[in-house]
Parts: sequence; C-alpha cells; structure tokens
Amino acid sequence: MTTVIPHPNASVATSAAPAGLAGYNFAYLDEQTKRMIRRALLKAVAIPGYQVPFGSREMPLPYGWGTGGIQVTAAVIGPDDVLKVIDQGADDTTNAVSIRRFFAKTAGVATTDRTVDATVIQTRHRIPEVPLTENQILVYQVPIPEPLRQLEPREAETRKMHALEEYGVMHVSLYEDIAKFGRITRSYNYPVRVNGRYVMAPSPIPKFDNPKMDRMPALQLFGAGREKRIYAVPPYTDVKSLDFEDHPFEIETWEEDCSLCGAQDSYLDEVIVDDKGTKMYVCSDSDYCRERREAGHQGDGGPK
Amino acid sequence: MTGSVRDPLLQVRDLTHHYGRHLGCRDVSFDLHPGEILGIVGESGSGKTTLLKCVSGQLQPTDGSVSYRTRDLGPVDVYGMSEARRRLLMRTDWGIVYQNARDGLRMKVSAGANVGERLMAIGDRHYGHIRSEAVDWLERVEMDMGRIDDMPGTFSGGMQQRLQIARNLVTKPRLVFMDEPTSGLDVSVQARLLDLIRGLVGSLGIACIVVTHDLGVVRLLSHRLMVMKGGQVVEHGLTDQVLDDPQHPYTQLLVSSILPV
Repeated sequence: MTTVIPHPNASVATSAAPAGLAGYNFAYLDEQTKRMIRRALLKAVAIPGYQVPFGSREMPLPYGWGTGGIQVTAAVIGPDDVLKVIDQGADDTTNAVSIRRFFAKTAGVATTDRTVDATVIQTRHRIPEVPLTENQILVYQVPIPEPLRQLEPREAETRKMHALEEYGVMHVSLYEDIAKFGRITRSYNYPVRVNGRYVMAPSPIPKFDNPKMDRMPALQLFGAGREKRIYAVPPYTDVKSLDFEDHPFEIETWEEDCSLCGAQDSYLDEVIVDDKGTKMYVCSDSDYCRERREAGHQGDGGPK
Repeated sequence: MTGSVRDPLLQVRDLTHHYGRHLGCRDVSFDLHPGEILGIVGESGSGKTTLLKCVSGQLQPTDGSVSYRTRDLGPVDVYGMSEARRRLLMRTDWGIVYQNARDGLRMKVSAGANVGERLMAIGDRHYGHIRSEAVDWLERVEMDMGRIDDMPGTFSGGMQQRLQIARNLVTKPRLVFMDEPTSGLDVSVQARLLDLIRGLVGSLGIACIVVTHDLGVVRLLSHRLMVMKGGQVVEHGLTDQVLDDPQHPYTQLLVSSILPV
C-alpha cells in the first residue's frame, strides 16, 4: 500500500493524476472529498464494526452498483497500486469490468485478475478463496450497512441499540429460523460480532465466507454509498458469527466438486446448462478456478 | 437483596409533568410496596397515562422524583441512572403491558420468539432452553401450545394480551405496569384475563400499577386506588374504602355512573 495521505497544508494539486484522465483529479474524486473519506476510514478502523457516517458523493454509476465501494477505493488507492475488482467472485461480470475500467482510466493504475498480485481488491458478494495478506486491502460494496434494519426500522433506535449493546433482537431472528425450519437458514449477510463489541452486517457475502473474515491479515473496508456509511475491520481482528450454543454456526457444503477444476473447498455456483434443467457446479471465484486449471487440476467437465 | 420487604419498592415524590404549557399531571406522590397492586382511575385526559409513562421510565417528568429499589444497589433514582441501566431495568426487573398489544409485541416474529426475546436480550444463547421457557410461559397464560410458532397478528385480542403478559413475566420482574390491559376486550374474555392476571400476580408476588377507566377492573385487582382528575390525585385509599365510601365529588360521580346490569 503506497497511498500517502497528504499533509493538510499541502497543495491539493500534488497528487494530480500522472497518467489519469485529462481534466479529472487522480482517481476521479477531488482531494478534499478523499480526505473526508479517509477521516471516516480512520475512525472506522479505530472502532472496528462501528458505522461511521460520511458525505457520500454522487458517482457516475447508479446506487446499488458499488457507489460506496468505489469511493472507498478512490480514497485509498495510489498510483503504484494494483487493483482487482470482483462481482460474485468473478472478474468478468459487468459490474467488475466497468469499475476496473473506471479506475484504469481515472487513476491510470494497473489492474489484474490475479488475487495474489492485487494490492487493493474491491468486491461485491464474495471474499476470494486465496487467503489474503497484510499487503492487501479488501473493499466491500455494501447495500444495507445496518444489521438490525430488518428488525428495527427506526435509525435513531438502532443507533441506540448499538451504543448500549442491545443485540438480543438479532438472536430473535435466528430463533425464528430454527423455530420455522429447524436450523438457521440465513445464508448470506450473516450477522457477525466484531472484536467482541459491535454487531456488523458483513455485506451480502455468503456465510461460507464469514470464517475468512476472522483474524484476516488484510485490512477490510466497507462502503455503503446510498446509506452514507463506512465501517471497517482492522487486520487480525476477531469476527464471530452469531449463533446458539445448541445450534452452532455452520457454512454451506456441496456434495459436488467444481466441474472445471475439481476443487472441493471452494464456494460453488449452480449453472443450468440446457432447457431440461441439467446443471453443473463451478467455482464462483473465477481466478481461483483458472489458477487451479493452469496448475493441472481438472474436474469432470460437467454433464455430457 | 437490599432493604427489607417492608421498604417500598417504588417511591414517587411530587411528580409533575407539563407538555409545554399544557399540564399532564401535578404533584403526585405515592409509595408502592412489593406485591402490592395499585389502581389508578380517572376519566380520559385526567393524566393517568402520563403518570404511568413518567413512573415507568418512558417519559422524563418536568419535576419530581421516581426512586426504585433495585436488587443490587437499593433505592436508585430512575432518571438519575444511565440510560443503559434504565433500559436494562425496564426489560428485566420491570414489565410493561400496553393497552394495544401491537405496542408491546413484535408483530413480525412468532409467539415463541416474542416470549424468548427478553431472555435473549439478557444473554441466553441456548435455543432449547429459550424454547422450553417459552412453552412453559405460554402454558401459564393458558395459551394453546400448537400456536407457539404462529404470528401474533393471527391471534385474537385476548390472546395477544395474554402473550404480552407472558413476554413480560419471563424474566420474573418485580414490578409490572399495565395501561388499560382489558379495554377493547369483550366481557367474558376480560373476566378470564383478569382472573389470570390476579392469579399470576398473586402467586409470583409481583407489584403492579394498573391504569384503567374501568372500576370493575380495579375492584377485582387492586389493593389500593388513586383517583385522578385534571392531572391531580383527588382521592387515595384502600380500594374497597374508596369505592364504598367515596369522599370527593368526582369519585362519587364516578362510582354512581357505573351502569347497573
């Protein structure tokens, strides 16, 4: 990470784009806005899991497409960074392609598909399968930052509940699942407790990815553009999924392996391949799957 | 436990509340002892509900004090303690039964979850235990076990009130506030509910403050009675004494306005 936070007295033009888009500041946002976001980020890192309000700007993409994540990325990225953007684990989906292209244009940074080469990874709905390192930052796009929102519609009340650690109602929703279905059925955006204090929405990642957040060496930043909130999990911070003593937290498992690379340990997407409902299972993390195939692993090739 | 059984559980002194220039209630003082049931009657707009809200920690009074004898620290000023502690008190040692069950219940979760919520709020993390407590309490308020996973919205008014009571009593509170618990219910359901409340409160030794405009309710439930008019207490005494020998003209009017059946 080579981002330099400019001295307050430094000229705002110092980090103007060397190779960026003419007429635009480096990484699209002006330096004052970036400074405001960085202040929010510092506060967020200091209080793990706490939602810090920030002055979210209008970005050249619609709400729900990653306006929060893109602002956080713009605030932390430097000219030497290598950016990877994934959407549902894949590098080649519309959202990922357009955000990657956006930063390639406005910041002139190098981009990559390879998880290990990236220094900043912006993600929607997944954490890469390859363990991240201390030299990486993971930026999440968050649609609804408030984990208590479905249970308590009043914002003033949810803030008070966070302040006073009144999280019993979170377990009420898990209780409902068990009472109705015999197990906790919530499969994504599964609530976690960060550093033993704040309950946090991990953004709509599958609960399969929740254990990866626990004591992750990389810095995790969360941006919600529409809701104007930033929160963070610093490196090596405890992140525990909520559960009951007699109904412990469990992640999804599959009977199948990846049809392309044969992986047994990755999150699999179900793909329907014809009109008769024939299906195959493939890794959702497209980079992980390709790396494995390049290393000689092979799946059964899916339905014949 | 601090203090003896003879010390009051709740002490209210010179409680006054103004809504701007408008008077809610004025100079109300009383003591409530453990296991005692106090009825507050009066016409609409007489300040009954304002008084209940002030006493139960939901509305900071303009003037006066409310002191509650906590289990660990003895008498504590309810509005002097931290908000965190007051809210903890309200959901463990106190119960509040609202007139409208919708105010007191979580309508989007099942009956069982409604009863279990307080247990989870104080840190119970064992599903089996929460479930068995919920079953136990639904039985004690005479509800059908087959409906434990139904939404409160599918229940009748009387069942919703009974569910509210179960939800409040699950943490074994020492003090329960009831705001018109039986209004809006038909008389037979009302009678059953009153019977249930009287039985539970008596067997568990819970102190109660019941606000109502129904003299029949207070005659059945309460030991002592306060009559309010225009924001002030006009008469105060043992229930039977006040109802049989009313001194204040307003109380006399109130008692004489009961329609004979």
